[in-house]
Amino acid sequence: MTAATDLRSQQAYVAAQAADARVNVELDTGDMTLNIGPQHPATHGTLRIACQLDGEQVISAEPLMGYMHRGYEKLCEVRTFPQCTTLINRIDWLGSFANEVPFILAAEQLMGIEAPPRAQWIRTILFELSRIANVSLFLGDMGVQVGALTPVFFAFRDRERVLNQIEAVTGGRFHPNFDRIGGLKDDLPRGWIDETHAVMAKMRGFCDEMEDLLMGNEIFQTRCRSVGVIPGEVALDFGLSGANLRASGVDWDLRRDANPGLAWDEVDWRVWTHPDGDSFARYWVRLQETREATKIVDQLLDSIPAGPIMAKVPRIIKVPAGEAYVSTENPLGEMGYYVVSKGGLEPFRVKIRTPSFSNISVVPWVMRGTYVPDIITILGSLYFILGDIDR
Amino acid sequence: MSGAAELAGLLGLAYWAETSIKLGVALIVIPTAALLLGYLFLLKMMAFMQSRLGPQDVGPYGTLQLIADAVKFLQKEDIHPATADRRVFRAAPVVVLASSFLLFVVLPTGPDAVVENLDTGIFYAMAVSSLSVLGVLMAGWASANKYALLGGLRAAGQLIAYELPLILAVMGVVIQADSLNLQEIVRAQAEGEIFGFGLIGNPFILTQFIGFLIFMISAQAELTQTPFDMPVAETELVGGFHVEYTGFRFLLFFMAEVATAFAFSALATVMFLGGWWIPGFDFDAPALNVLGPVVMLIKILVVAFIIFWIRFTYPRLREDQLQKFAWKVLIPLSLANIVVTGIFKVVV
Repeated sequence: MTAATDLRSQQAYVAAQAADARVNVELDTGDMTLNIGPQHPATHGTLRIACQLDGEQVISAEPLMGYMHRGYEKLCEVRTFPQCTTLINRIDWLGSFANEVPFILAAEQLMGIEAPPRAQWIRTILFELSRIANVSLFLGDMGVQVGALTPVFFAFRDRERVLNQIEAVTGGRFHPNFDRIGGLKDDLPRGWIDETHAVMAKMRGFCDEMEDLLMGNEIFQTRCRSVGVIPGEVALDFGLSGANLRASGVDWDLRRDANPGLAWDEVDWRVWTHPDGDSFARYWVRLQETREATKIVDQLLDSIPAGPIMAKVPRIIKVPAGEAYVSTENPLGEMGYYVVSKGGLEPFRVKIRTPSFSNISVVPWVMRGTYVPDIITILGSLYFILGDIDR
Repeated sequence: MSGAAELAGLLGLAYWAETSIKLGVALIVIPTAALLLGYLFLLKMMAFMQSRLGPQDVGPYGTLQLIADAVKFLQKEDIHPATADRRVFRAAPVVVLASSFLLFVVLPTGPDAVVENLDTGIFYAMAVSSLSVLGVLMAGWASANKYALLGGLRAAGQLIAYELPLILAVMGVVIQADSLNLQEIVRAQAEGEIFGFGLIGNPFILTQFIGFLIFMISAQAELTQTPFDMPVAETELVGGFHVEYTGFRFLLFFMAEVATAFAFSALATVMFLGGWWIPGFDFDAPALNVLGPVVMLIKILVVAFIIFWIRFTYPRLREDQLQKFAWKVLIPLSLANIVVTGIFKVVV
């Protein structure tokens, strides 16, 4: 090879490199900011997620909340203790009764009274019913998040049965406002126990149906498995609770570990965990928990003690000065109320610890590097209620 | 020489008269087909599968619901986004609908009942069906909306992944029928024999079963029906490319979707299920010009049922998973199908 051809090939190489560089500069794609929400079907409410995207890949995602802030903590301060439950019902609106329980328990703790056993039993039953009503909707809604429309209609259909049972006792489908300091407003209606047994059998059927229709589906599994993996330590660091934490392999359940006096100790049930920590694990754990909840309800229904449903409570409730924190394992995770009383009719301060607020905080960590469809899968599987984030 | 032209010659029609009749038929058939599928499957069957009742108030059993919807859409305000590319934005739904209208041109429904009996019928059908993606891309780009843009780009990616197995699946049929002409494909099935047993002809679904499967899967992607509806993806992209469309422009997209589903079911019927031919009739029997469309319609409804059934049952794949599936499974499988078909063609 002569020196001339050598030079020519070298020049050609340099020119080609330069051309490549030019093309690469021209094709340089900037990051795109995509605002998911506040109005977006996957945020079931008004959550906003500000994403930086490179193509369809997420560089960063930040949840921005507060579009539905209603100031409940402040509003509680201008209401008497019994009036607060009306507001508290509306925090996690799908599992309303479960919201009331920790607040009432905190107030009872401050007053030094305890509800009679029958009231505790019925509280636990209604608590688990609201868990079933809440989580069964998730079991169908997760299908919508990954594109299957049908399961959510089955979920709405079967959830209605549970809501009917709640309505039969409390008079309210969504917002029962039934729990009272010292007990419950009313006793169970006649025939309710048998009906609820039948509904629980139906709900177990619903769980089987979801397992067949959705969880066993290959496409659902490819969409959910190893998507949004949250290891156990990370989940604990971010303060995740409930099924999200258990799906990361952490064996943690307030019903078992820190039972504030309800009837969970009296029945035979187990805590389900899953080692994977991905979206599929979160779905799996919730499905098992719904089954477990139906079993808890069945056992409790068979062993309700007789007796009064209301302890002796003064007509005008004045809570003695002091502070109390009570938290329970709500459908979405740990829900706690830190109640401070100065001895008046109203609470001096109520701090509400809601599970969704903490659960959603893991979003920036878990969404880095995922794709746009995964954002929806992860959001769906973390399962938040907007009212529970912004209260 | 097409049968329809002969028929027209017999009736002594001028070219313009023949063309306007064909145009009129197409203009009636396509919206009717779209309405039929839309009502039967999209509204009623979906409702029954999801334990709902579906439309019931408008007309008997809610049959007029879609007409009521169309009237509603026509009353809506026609909104253009401020930053939209107005001309492209307006043209996009027309392009999409035109591509599904063009598909109906070559569909044979009887020995003479075909608008235009092209010798390269299936080639033409594949070509015009992919035009719709152009419209989708236009809509996605011109809307000046990020969701729409993502939807449009996904549609383009899907086109490349799915057009290929679709065409390769058709190749098997073409090899077996020795023709690109859709009428000839029907004839090959009508006059074929299964191990010397020729009573029901030889519907290619029997010999080209893998081809049929690949065709149906690819058609599902082509129609952006559920396992592959990423360009629309209601829960992620809130409707994708048509998120900014309102009123009758949205209606055009909706009609195109259902009409293309109808056309693809018809293509599957023609290529795999024996088309309009009824066992026991001569291939050219004039009675088939009347009975053929009826048989065709029944078969189309069966195929469309499968398409919509899958749509209502399955979740949606992710774009990269779809590409993986297309390139690693469908394309090798369809190539193998062509090779095997070719070997049988030469040997048998």
